[in-house]
Amino acid sequence: MSASLERGLDRFRESLDADTAGFFATCVRCGMCAEACLFYTETEEPRYTPIHKLQPLKRLWWREYTLVGRIAAALGLSKPVTGGELADWSELVYDSCTLCGRCSLVCPVGNDITYMIRRMRDGMAAAGYAPPGLVGATRRAIELGSPMGVQLATLQAQIRHQEEATGLPIPMDREGADYLVLLSSMEIVNTPEMLGALARIFDRAGVSWTLASDAFEATNSGIQIGVAELAREIVMRTVTAAERLGVKGVVSPECGHAYMALRWEGPDLIGRPYRFEVLHILELLDRLRGEGRLKVDSTFNLPITFHDPCQVVRRGGVTEAPRNLLKMVATDVREMEEHGVYNWCCGGGGGVSAIGRAEELRLKAFGKKRGQIEATGAKTVATACANCRVVMEEAIDHYQIGVELVGLTELIADHLETEESHHG
Amino acid sequence: MSAASIAFLAWVRGPGFHIALGLFCLGLVWRLIEIYALGRDRPLAPLRRRSGASGWWTILRRSRPSAEHESMVSYLAGYTFHIGLIVTFFFFTPHIELLRRAVGLSWPSLPTALVDGLAVVTLLALGVMLASRLLDPVKRFLSVAEDYVAWGLTLAPVLTGYLCFHHLLLPYTTMLALHLASVEVLMVLMPFTKLIHFVTLFPSRWMNGEHFGRTGVAA
Ligand code: SF4
Ligand code: SF4
Repeated sequence: MSASLERGLDRFRESLDADTAGFFATCVRCGMCAEACLFYTETEEPRYTPIHKLQPLKRLWWREYTLVGRIAAALGLSKPVTGGELADWSELVYDSCTLCGRCSLVCPVGNDITYMIRRMRDGMAAAGYAPPGLVGATRRAIELGSPMGVQLATLQAQIRHQEEATGLPIPMDREGADYLVLLSSMEIVNTPEMLGALARIFDRAGVSWTLASDAFEATNSGIQIGVAELAREIVMRTVTAAERLGVKGVVSPECGHAYMALRWEGPDLIGRPYRFEVLHILELLDRLRGEGRLKVDSTFNLPITFHDPCQVVRRGGVTEAPRNLLKMVATDVREMEEHGVYNWCCGGGGGVSAIGRAEELRLKAFGKKRGQIEATGAKTVATACANCRVVMEEAIDHYQIGVELVGLTELIADHLETEESHHG
Repeated sequence: MSAASIAFLAWVRGPGFHIALGLFCLGLVWRLIEIYALGRDRPLAPLRRRSGASGWWTILRRSRPSAEHESMVSYLAGYTFHIGLIVTFFFFTPHIELLRRAVGLSWPSLPTALVDGLAVVTLLALGVMLASRLLDPVKRFLSVAEDYVAWGLTLAPVLTGYLCFHHLLLPYTTMLALHLASVEVLMVLMPFTKLIHFVTLFPSRWMNGEHFGRTGVAA
């Protein structure tokens, strides 16, 4: 057995806890989780059934941690997990799972399948079966500070543009600010207007904020790929900057996995609680709205719908904030049939958008979202995750469906109460 | 009535039952330790809600059908045979009588005709479950031999019980002995098959609800 396979299997063993063992033992193979997964519904291929994606991990558990399985293994009645098998499963564990969490919500016996797939990725990556696209993104995150290879100079150039466009300063490394704001590479490269939007909102609401030159990137590809050491290093970068600047809170940008990584998994990765609070940008905006510090003086009046980013809503628990904000700024909000915690994924979360070989499958999986969007009749889709946005924009281009995507933060910035209207 | 079937009945009523009960308890304890001794980590991130309480809610909530309409066959037949099993087992007069004599505990029974009808419905629902396992592409793909064994183990007590009550197929004593034997085999194997979900379902749902509850999501 190769050293990397042995390492991977060791990770599998470490990932087994009471939760996972209980879930494996409880599964009745009813197949209902398949109907919850967009990779199954859009392809109707049974191998995309969520619980099946865990088969090698389940067999390792059964062979090594159960009496019957150990006897079967000793008698040679069950095969050990092999490298070839893990290679076959790479597509199932990565390309066809966005860690969206929907399967975990429908399993009748209560299995949290997503929780297990997330843990299984640790072993897959250690054994060397993570997809090359994700490996590259993670390497760039460590070496260059961002998964897309965005460097500080690029950010500084975007800051200059946005300062010119808004006439407002965008603070960097300001000690004692209330909030350290993070960005995602996707935003810096594809939607830099987000920076200007933030500057305008924070200026109007009187929020003291800063960016950090050594921790501006929020995306944690270490978590997506499943390498705890790298995930820890990426989280630690933010924690160090936040504590150096003495901020009260760190604001995760419009990016689902970044929020999940920093808010929910980060403390476990670094082994201690933070000394600051972590908020998704929508949570902060909704808080400001509640305090009467965020007001709009015009509204978006065309039909608009909202795509719930899985990691922000179902996995992250930020369900009401986007709706409160959207109602404030738009007059014709049309919810998709299954929305909120029951939303359907865009097809590109969990690092899938960085996996080149998964493109065809991803476009197919988008069929679910496409149907949902079209059923609302809205031609504008607001969302709160730069990754969802880019994934959907690409798919919309591909299928030529004529729908516009907009970040909710930007939408609010565009309708923000101005100085004149405020005093007038 | 043959001497052999009387001896068989006496054995399944006496020593057989005690052995089965002992193995059932041992097996169950072994399995629960095997599974839950692995332990779980406490998250360090500040919780948005008391997640343990969410777990209890999920135990209840997960009993209602999800939004996936495609799974309606599984839901309908699934509910029917589970309810059928529980009612025929706990509310059939002879079963209650047996328990009263054994441990002195009893409760009101349901009319025998009703329980009898329910047994037929349960058998039909189990038939539907088997058909769907064989015909549904996902279920067929996921299925292993154990699924068919578990199906047989579940069906046998209901079927033999029904045949026994109606004095069908075999002499009453023989069928009664087979009925008891089928229950005993079920007891012995239950902890070691997926049928263990009759207990692990509760901790699994709780843990799922607890995971989601950390972020404030009602699962
Ligand atoms: S829905 Fe749950 S019990 Fe059914 S096959 Fe999937 S994991 Fe197993
Ligand atoms: S987490 Fe989402 S994508 Fe992954 S298996 Fe479950 S339903 Fe499918």
